[in-house]
Amino acid sequence: MTEPLNTYRGGPDERGHFGLFGGRYVAETLMPLILDLERAYNAAKEDPSFQAELDSLNAHYSGRPSPLYFAERLTEHLGGAKIYFKRDELNHTGSHKINNCLGQIQLARRMGKTRIIAETGAGQHGVAVATVAARFGLPCEIYMGATDIERQKPNVFRMRLLGAKVNPVTSGSGTLKDAMNDALRDWVANVHDTFYIIGTVAGPHPYPAMVRDFQSVIGKEVREQMMEREGRLPDTLVACIGGGSNAMGLFHPFLDDRSVAIYGVEAGGHGIDVPNGHAASMTGGQPGVLHGNRTYLLQNDDGQILEGHSISAGLDYPGVGPEHAWLRDSGRVTYVAVTDREALEAFQLCTKLEGIIPALEPSHALAYVRKLAPALPKDNLLVMNMCGRGDKDIFAVAEHLSMEM
Amino acid sequence: MTRIDQTFARLKAEGRGGLVTFITAGDPDYETSLSMLRGLPAAGADIIELGMPFSDPMADGPAIQASSLRALKAGQTMKKTLSMVREFRKEDQVTPVVLMGYYNPIYVYAVDRFVADASEAGADGLIIVDLPPEEDEELRPAAVEKGLNLIRLATPTTDEARLPAVLANTSGFVYYVSIAGITGTAAPDVTSVGAHVERIKARTDLPIAIGFGVKSQEQVRDLAAVAEGVVVGSALVSAIAGTLDEDGRATAETEPKLLGLVQYLAEPLRQRAEASAI
Repeated sequence: MTEPLNTYRGGPDERGHFGLFGGRYVAETLMPLILDLERAYNAAKEDPSFQAELDSLNAHYSGRPSPLYFAERLTEHLGGAKIYFKRDELNHTGSHKINNCLGQIQLARRMGKTRIIAETGAGQHGVAVATVAARFGLPCEIYMGATDIERQKPNVFRMRLLGAKVNPVTSGSGTLKDAMNDALRDWVANVHDTFYIIGTVAGPHPYPAMVRDFQSVIGKEVREQMMEREGRLPDTLVACIGGGSNAMGLFHPFLDDRSVAIYGVEAGGHGIDVPNGHAASMTGGQPGVLHGNRTYLLQNDDGQILEGHSISAGLDYPGVGPEHAWLRDSGRVTYVAVTDREALEAFQLCTKLEGIIPALEPSHALAYVRKLAPALPKDNLLVMNMCGRGDKDIFAVAEHLSMEM
Repeated sequence: MTRIDQTFARLKAEGRGGLVTFITAGDPDYETSLSMLRGLPAAGADIIELGMPFSDPMADGPAIQASSLRALKAGQTMKKTLSMVREFRKEDQVTPVVLMGYYNPIYVYAVDRFVADASEAGADGLIIVDLPPEEDEELRPAAVEKGLNLIRLATPTTDEARLPAVLANTSGFVYYVSIAGITGTAAPDVTSVGAHVERIKARTDLPIAIGFGVKSQEQVRDLAAVAEGVVVGSALVSAIAGTLDEDGRATAETEPKLLGLVQYLAEPLRQRAEASAI
């Protein structure tokens, strides 16, 4: 499918499909809930006061707009494209996750829900959820794989300080996908009062579209900021992809600007040729159905879901948002993978050249920028989404680099 | 008339409710699972639900998820599950087998091929937990063509507005989920279940089987009084789990324990039939 479409921003259809992908593959117990959520979200979108409240929270609580920063020394070092960072790591809580959480908790309040649940992998989403729950005085429970709790202690402690209950998930393999299973189980058992804040552009419709809408503030700001700085749109966009929420937030406002080349960078782990050694569901997986939507998945020949691997716990998810799957097949966005080692090198490079400690997730995007930028002309305006800060990762990095802390 | 229709007609003639038993195919291993499957009808199962294992059964509780993972660890695949049905059908042409599971393994197997192979193996119905009416158009026509009953779940959250959509293409029976939650957790409240079942009966002539959280003879008796069938699943796979050795392998206890529990749970239904025969 290489014939260009009139628009790449029209999805999903009214049943939540992006072409073959997306949809609402959920048990009947959940179906009435997500239909209810869809109605509530559609109503909220039409209500100017909803967006006004969100804008105000984004500005005064989270600190938006986040800066668009010219990475001068990295640009010089790579000798090609003019590299800008969208500084979403400077948001309150240290990542782009807060953009979505502020939107969803506003919706939960409108729906009269009094209890918040969420899943988390690396803990960035969990921290953002615990933060907004504290801000609005709602009790909050976070499902987190027992394995991830061990890997991400500082974030677990943050969530607890914020008043959230962190439930270790031991079912299955005790990682992000199992945390999502358990959060869905909690939701079906507590439908009357509970709102489930999904952290990425996955899950059943309307979540992929709703989370995209809340994250699109990233790309909208980049458009305005780049027009102000350079008088034109960027030429190249690069973002990392786990579930794909930061990438979708950056990409979506530019999908119909054909001059903009767009790259999504997946976690190649030990290499996409290594069986179950990566988390690159689009470059190394097959279409399937999990967690309420059809998308590319890491799975075996029998349709059983694989764990995947990435140095970054935030990218370590066996699926990807269905809109990314559709953008891949339609050819609008190019998806690539970089390895753990390349991400670690980029992490160090950015830290030393720019004085910014990136999270391991955007370090993947940076690693691809290292490959891409030198071949591009100097007037090519490249924007990379710096979607999270690296404080949470310093322990893991020390271990991988065999450094004493 | 499918085997499921015939079974409910027979149960009605006998004046009793049916026992629907769930086990996971390949739990704890292929041979033991097949042997237990073959023993279920004599122990008192009127309809068999055979779970197609999936790594991420998000609507199920810990007991059924664990049984799925045991089966996968022992090497169960969709092919082996269908071959179990085929083996069972060689010896039993009466007891309906309903394949129950999640959509991904079916989708990856290829939907049309799955429906054809399942039907050829001798399966009678399908329950695909995460394939709601809104998403079933790539499977339903093939299932209808092959004469497989597509059995849907109705739940306490399925409201009046939604019920017609759920019932529209359901055949065989309606599976009423007795609690808002996952399998094998809370116990159903018979009074409220009865009210919900009445609500469904007002809209369909199909038999209704009630499941989720059924563990005791009392529950079987009480629920059979308000519906045509009672489903037991988590209690059975938990019984299997309780007999395994420390490496998760079957022991001499495994099969007798499972079949004994089925026999015990079927008792109130069989007594009822005898009573009404007098």
